[in-house]
This record gives sequence, structure tokens and C-alpha cells, in this order.
Amino acid sequence: MTTATFIDSWTMTRRGLAHWARQPVQVAVQLVFPVMMLLMFAYFLGGGMTVPGGGDYKDYLVPGTLALTMVFGLEGTMLAITQDLNRGVIDRFRSMPMARSAVLVGRSVLDMLQSALGLLVLLGVGLAMGWRWHGGPGDVLLAVGLLLWLRFAMLWLGIFLGMAAGRPEMVQAVQILVWPVGFLSNVFASPGTMPDWLGAIAVWNPMSATATAIRELFGSPGGGGGSWAADHAQLLAVCWPLALTAVFLPVAVGRYGRLSR
Amino acid sequence: MAASRGETRKGEGKTLADSDPAIVVEGLRKTYRDKQALAGLDLTVAQGTVHAVLGPNGAGKTTCVRILATLLRHDGGRAEVAGYDVLRDPDEVRYRIGLVGQHAAVDEELSGRQNLEMFGRLYHLGGRRAAARADELLERFGLAGTGTRAVSQYSGGMRRRLDLAASLIMQPRILFLDEPTTGLDPRGRTEVWNAVRSLVDGGTTVLLTTQYLEEADQLADRVCVIDGGRAIADGTAEELKARLGGDRIEVVLHDAAQLPAAASVVSRATGAAGVETDPDRRRLGARVTDRVAALTETVRALAAAGIEAEDIVLRRPTLDEVFLHLTGEPSTADTTTAETAQEEISV
Repeated sequence: MTTATFIDSWTMTRRGLAHWARQPVQVAVQLVFPVMMLLMFAYFLGGGMTVPGGGDYKDYLVPGTLALTMVFGLEGTMLAITQDLNRGVIDRFRSMPMARSAVLVGRSVLDMLQSALGLLVLLGVGLAMGWRWHGGPGDVLLAVGLLLWLRFAMLWLGIFLGMAAGRPEMVQAVQILVWPVGFLSNVFASPGTMPDWLGAIAVWNPMSATATAIRELFGSPGGGGGSWAADHAQLLAVCWPLALTAVFLPVAVGRYGRLSR
Repeated sequence: MAASRGETRKGEGKTLADSDPAIVVEGLRKTYRDKQALAGLDLTVAQGTVHAVLGPNGAGKTTCVRILATLLRHDGGRAEVAGYDVLRDPDEVRYRIGLVGQHAAVDEELSGRQNLEMFGRLYHLGGRRAAARADELLERFGLAGTGTRAVSQYSGGMRRRLDLAASLIMQPRILFLDEPTTGLDPRGRTEVWNAVRSLVDGGTTVLLTTQYLEEADQLADRVCVIDGGRAIADGTAEELKARLGGDRIEVVLHDAAQLPAAASVVSRATGAAGVETDPDRRRLGARVTDRVAALTETVRALAAAGIEAEDIVLRRPTLDEVFLHLTGEPSTADTTTAETAQEEISV
């Protein structure tokens, strides 16, 4: 990364922070939403849930919600990109001698920042609910790293989808579709309780890999057991986001570069 | 890309000789998926002049500007801005141009000052200089009192002035104005025109696209009329008007019944070949070559024939008529704009 790219990306990040400062409510809502999910599942539905291998459902739920939040961050990225590309200001950026990639890098830094903030809030609420991690500090940091790694992959998928969608209205379709994709995993319930063929898909969901991996690292119940995917969750939690990033980062960057044709 | 940026950070690249054109467009072609937008456009803009590109919707005006501003890539022909090819050296071009598009290219969620500072930083002025430049420009464009208000709450005219200010951060030698007054009320339009005039006084080259003939007439040194993606006429407004063959005299009679008699009187007095009559409006009109003689002769001859005229008007052809003549279709400009452009001498 050249100095100019670095400076321009920082300027674009500052732009996003200035947007935050002007819309604190919107930022707060985005932080509160996953907390709401966590509380609803813990207290409305949690009573009826059983954890595979036994244990407290809250201990199973908190890591799952963390993984889900990383994937749902995709919507925010997608919406921001479509809005940006439909704003007149993008023409000015593109007619200026600034680094081409700064718009996307600025977006990435901002979204990762938001997700890191979201993780902190969610971890805080989880601790307040009585959830505890049992792993060492190294394991906890590794778990947070795996979560942000999943978010990083979702970032590029979101940028790609945002550009492919073109218009902010199209984002709604993805906002709906992300629910079944999110729930077809081991985030809220064990795939063992699903019909066999659905359970098989759920086990291989990238989100399941990350959720299982961090459950192991946190020492929470429900980690591992039963299938190759579950037994190699940490490996998959590294490889799945890597594969997604390897596909969608170059595609997204290429597509952004071709906007002028 | 990064290397070339470093070399020319402060506009140290090659400079044009005074006689070199600021913009050269040769045989420019651009086809979108199913539609040809530019079909071999030629255009040369001299330094320090205002060149208007006039044409109906879909003529290729915006495509042309977007290619010159490095926002679009063309498929054929050549485009040079400030001596640099837009495809080979886009960053060199970008350091030397300003762009004001049809929609204000500013961040609506930020204040005017935040916008200008951000753009200043993106031009690598550094924080302090970007802030100082923002202050200067806000002051100059009458936006100093806008404080922290978001641009989304600005009026149309204010937004366009901010857009113009943003285009001037680097004091560009060449400014593209793509329909800069479309959608503005008359006051906003005047504000933009005044801003453009003061820029031109400072030596900036301006390429202006417009649908308003009056705008071209008011601001431009030369006018290029394009239609179907190609230039169909280029010259000063006066030259284009002269193509229509002189001025026009129009007489409104008191009594429509006298139109045929008046027509022959005017024809004899002015030597005009064809006199058109419009009984509904009690009006006749003819093209004349010698303005003053035509007017005095008509007044004298009508009086001698005992025909009472309510109004006699001598006017130059409007660019509207030139446009109609050249493209064979009415321009998209509204009629009120065309009316104000005519020069009237009432007797």
C-alpha cells in the first residue's frame, strides 16, 4: 500500500466516522439489534432448548450469536456500498487524483470497526447474563480473531453483492434471505435436531464452523462431535472465510474498477 | 499510478503553450450496450475560453463530459485534456480539472465545510491547508454562514455553489460544467452564472453543456451544437445566428384584414422575398439583411399606405431558431428562455 493509498483510505474512514457522529441513533440501533436477538433467544425461547451433550443454553447461545452478528454485518456493508455508489459524490471521488481503492478500504476499516464494537457490546451483555468463557486469554483472543476473520469475508461478499444489486431497494431481498441462511446453522439449535438433509447443510455452513470453533475455544458446550465438519471446526473457521475472501475480494475490487466502462 | 502522482503533485507536469488548445476531441466514439452515444465527435476548445456544447437530451453531451473528466472510457477516437490523453494519463488530467455535474457531487450527510476539507485532503493538501482552503471557498461562494448544517438541508442554488467550490479547490485550469443550472430557479441560475463569469475572468477554460440556449448565449465564447453524438455546427453564437441569414422584422397589425396589403408593402419596402403572415395573431414576419433600413422603410411605407401597426419588432434570430434549423427539431429549452433572448425594438 503506498502512502497516498494509506492517506486517502484514512480520509475515507474519517468520512464514515463523521457520518456516525451525525447519526448516533442509527449506529446505536445497529449495535442493539444483535443484543435484542441474544436476549430474545435466551429468555423467550431458551427455556425449551436442549444443548447437545448437555449444558446451559445461554452458554451455547452466546458464541452462536457472536458468529451470527458477524454474518449479519453483511447487510450493513451492502447497504452502505449501494448508497455510496448511488450518491453523486462518487463521481467527484472518481474524477479526483485519489487512490482508486480508498473508497473500498475506507469502507472496510469502518465496518470492521463497527463489528469490533458490536462484539464488545455483545460480549458485555453475555457476561451480564451469566455466560463465562473457560478458555485461557490466548484462546479468547483467538476466538475474537476468528469472528473478525469471518466478518472480513462477509465484508467482501457484502461489497460484491452491494455493487451487483446496484440499487438500495435490492438490498431488502438480501436482508430477508440472510435469515434462513443464518438460521440454517448451529447458531441457535443443534443440526442434529433438524431433518437429516437440512442438518447436513447446516453443519457445513461457514457460520457453524466459526460458532463451533469459538465454542471450543471459549470452553462452552455444544462444540464438536458427530461429523467431520464439526471435528475440524477450527480448520474450517479459518478456511471458509479464506475461500470466500479469495473469491469475492478480487471480484469486488475488479468490479469497482470497471464502474467506468 | 502512484509514481506519476508523486511527480506532478503540485501540477508540475508539462504546461501548454498559450496557442495549444485546452481540450482536443477527435472522432470520439462511445457505445453503451445497445445505444451509440457518441458517433465520432470532434471538438477543440481554446485556452481561457468558454465553449458551450448544446444539444437535445440524448445528444451525447453528458457522455462527452464524463469521458473528458475520466469517469468513462471511450471506445474510439482521441480525447486530450490539458495536453494529456484521458486514457493514458488519467491522474494528470484529474489534477487539472474540476467537474460540476448535473447532480451535486458532494456528500449530502456532511456539512459544506466537512465536504471541502475532505476533498482538500483527497487532493493531498494536508489537514491545515485543506481547512484554510475550505474557509476561503465557503467565504467566496457565500456559504460561510452554513456552519455544521448538512448539505441535504441546503437549497438547490447553495448545493450547486458548494459543488462549484469543491471543483475549484485545486484552482483547475479546466472546468467542466454539465448542465450546471438544470433544475435551478432563476435566482439560483443567476448565482451560478455570476460564479462562472468570475472564474472565466481569472483565465479558467470552461466546457459547458446546456439545454438552455440562453445560457450558451450568455456565457459562451463559442457554441458547438451536437446531435446524434456528433458535432453539427461550431462557431460563435453570432456566427451560428448569421447562418440563418440575418435578422427578422415582425409587425403586428391593428386589423387582421389588412395583412395581405401590409405583406406586399413590407415586401416592397425591405426587399424581403418571403413574408409570412399569421392571421390569428395579426402578425407578419420577414427576414431582412439591413436592420436599420428595414425598420425605417417599413415604418414609413406602412404609414404611407395608411396601415396602422400596433407593434413593430426587429430581432436577431435566437439560438433556438438556429437549433431548430440545424437539428430539425425543437430544442428542449422552454419558450420563456427563448423569449428573453430576443432583442426587441418597439416603435
